[in-house]
Amino acid sequence: MDEYLDRLNIYASRLVSQKEYFVPGHRACQGCAEALALRLVAKTLGRNNIVACATGCMEIVSSPLPLTSWKVPWIHVAFENAAAVASGIESGLKALMRKGRLPRQKINVMAMAGDGGTSDIGLQALSGALERGHNMVYVCFDNEAYMNTGIQRSSSTPFGASTTTSPAGKVVPGQVTWKKNMPEITAAHNIPYVATACSSYPFDLMEKVKKAADIEGPAYVHILSICPTGWRIPPQLAIHAGRMAIETGMFPLYEVERGKYRLNIDLPELRPVEEYLRFQGRFRHLTPELIEKIQQRVREEYEKLKRKVEMTNED
Amino acid sequence: MATRVGMEVSIAAAEAVKQANADIIAAYPITPQTHIVEHLSELVNDGELDAEFIPVESEHSAMSVCAGSSAAGARTFTCTSSQGLILMSEIVYAVASLRLPMLMILANRSLNSPLSIWNDHSDVMSVRDCGWIQVFMENGQEVYDHVFIGFRVAEDRNVIIPFMMNIDGFMLTHVIEPIGLLEQEVVDRYLPPFQPLYRLHPNNPVTMGAFGPPILFTEAKKAQDEAFNKTMPHIIKAWQEFGDLTGRYYHPIETYRTDEAKIVIITQGSLGETASIGIDMMREEKEPVGLVKIRLWRPFPFAELREAVKEAELVVVMDRAISYGGPGGPLAGEVRSALYPQESRPRVANFIIGLGGRDVAPEDFVQMVQQAKAQPGEWYEIYGVRE
Repeated sequence: MDEYLDRLNIYASRLVSQKEYFVPGHRACQGCAEALALRLVAKTLGRNNIVACATGCMEIVSSPLPLTSWKVPWIHVAFENAAAVASGIESGLKALMRKGRLPRQKINVMAMAGDGGTSDIGLQALSGALERGHNMVYVCFDNEAYMNTGIQRSSSTPFGASTTTSPAGKVVPGQVTWKKNMPEITAAHNIPYVATACSSYPFDLMEKVKKAADIEGPAYVHILSICPTGWRIPPQLAIHAGRMAIETGMFPLYEVERGKYRLNIDLPELRPVEEYLRFQGRFRHLTPELIEKIQQRVREEYEKLKRKVEMTNED
Repeated sequence: MATRVGMEVSIAAAEAVKQANADIIAAYPITPQTHIVEHLSELVNDGELDAEFIPVESEHSAMSVCAGSSAAGARTFTCTSSQGLILMSEIVYAVASLRLPMLMILANRSLNSPLSIWNDHSDVMSVRDCGWIQVFMENGQEVYDHVFIGFRVAEDRNVIIPFMMNIDGFMLTHVIEPIGLLEQEVVDRYLPPFQPLYRLHPNNPVTMGAFGPPILFTEAKKAQDEAFNKTMPHIIKAWQEFGDLTGRYYHPIETYRTDEAKIVIITQGSLGETASIGIDMMREEKEPVGLVKIRLWRPFPFAELREAVKEAELVVVMDRAISYGGPGGPLAGEVRSALYPQESRPRVANFIIGLGGRDVAPEDFVQMVQQAKAQPGEWYEIYGVRE
């Protein structure tokens, strides 16, 4: 083990800051790639960052009184309002700095929520904050269900997934709706920056978070956050699952910068979705017909995305 | 020298928020609160008030923005009514427990259903136990003055609890009254800039709104309850100092002609002025009736109330909200609790009046007192129901 840590010290430190702002000791499950993603996000945003956190896994695991995993200022108020709380922090700092009551300095304001806190209950507050144009980074940690309350389906749960409120039954084969497309919904607000990311691609993730923070105005980063507990996979397969999500086209890595789409990993050929689905317990019940249905959809969506890339980069 | 001008009460409230130099105003429009936020938007857009006006997409977000801005250390104001309050009520509770000071004006209006935009107190009674300091205002001058008092109390480091002003929708928000305005210099002397004990800032990272496991939750709540119960002397001190500066003194309750009063009417809010005319009419007829007006609703002034009604044999409580299946209106419940430990106590009759904007005239008080005298026992009745 020491041997590996030595190597980490030699190589990683040149690429990534070794300072941590979301620190160990939190109570996330083994193999939680959401905690990993959050650690990378916090590391990228650094010291001058204030976090407004929605209720959810990351809130619960990081702040049991009297302990905290946060080395940056952090506030949790409720489930559906992280974007609004962050709006208040950003506006408050702006007013106080303008009025000379706080020294002028660049402080990033970050809002964070899970897929439930973003695409379901927090959608209105998020839309309001994006429309008003607050200078903030909103990060959605999408683990594709309400994991904190026990794996209930959300509008971000993919088609076919078995959850505790979309169980694979004798008649209904799990989730019957398609995953809500949050990056597109946020991009439709004409905000300067939208990106998708995954902690299986840490450098891509960190670059995007940095870009989101540097850009003036609201930015939205949607991170696929692999949840071994909820997806029913062994913890050691979390990183692999993320890679398969991208390589099969289930979750393309792209960004929309001032309206221009860019695929960050453009695969000449997508792997069959089955390679992503087959090792996950939540998809175990899927029949070949259903898998084909998903394959069809993924192909169509991927083509659509590629056309957007072409269309917005014509001149 | 202070000036006295005729002004709509909503405009006076907004002007006071300007003089208090608020940093953040976050609000969503709802009748009858609108004139306050409209005027504040004008003041901000005309450059008269250096603040961020955040036109949020719902009241829930209004209170959430206020949570964030107060946590950042900004002087924070919001304003709502009725459905807006109950939509934001989740966060109303949260900010009190997070000890985030701010000022909210609640232009009191009834709750659905049926839909009514008019005045009663059912909105505020839905958040009675939310952990905010709550006052009821009787007239425009009180409203104007309490903007300064409210910020001062909420931000006082001995308090650090949000402050809610109840002002009757339309009956008070939309009337024009003579208001004595304060010189800016007097306001600045009374209300220093907000200096939070903790704020969200990288120089001193703090974790706010942590998760409370069962081993600590009770202790956190006990601490909050204790802090709340210690606010009374600081509220009284803020009133005293305001009086010393302006000549306008306020108290947890006000009394009117309670000397040798065997019957005492109890009201909250703008009804007090109407009731006092009714009292004068009854006193003309040698009826020994007095009036007690409850200004401070939370913390409830138990001792002051007992003192004010100690001569009374009959207390007639006027509620403007229903507590379905309860012992009567919420105010009557509090009054009965205050009087219960006493060896001898007056009989308490309870009328629920003025729901959804129903007008209450001075003569109605005369009639209610007659009925309360004639009908023995402890009871409540919804008064003035049309046949």
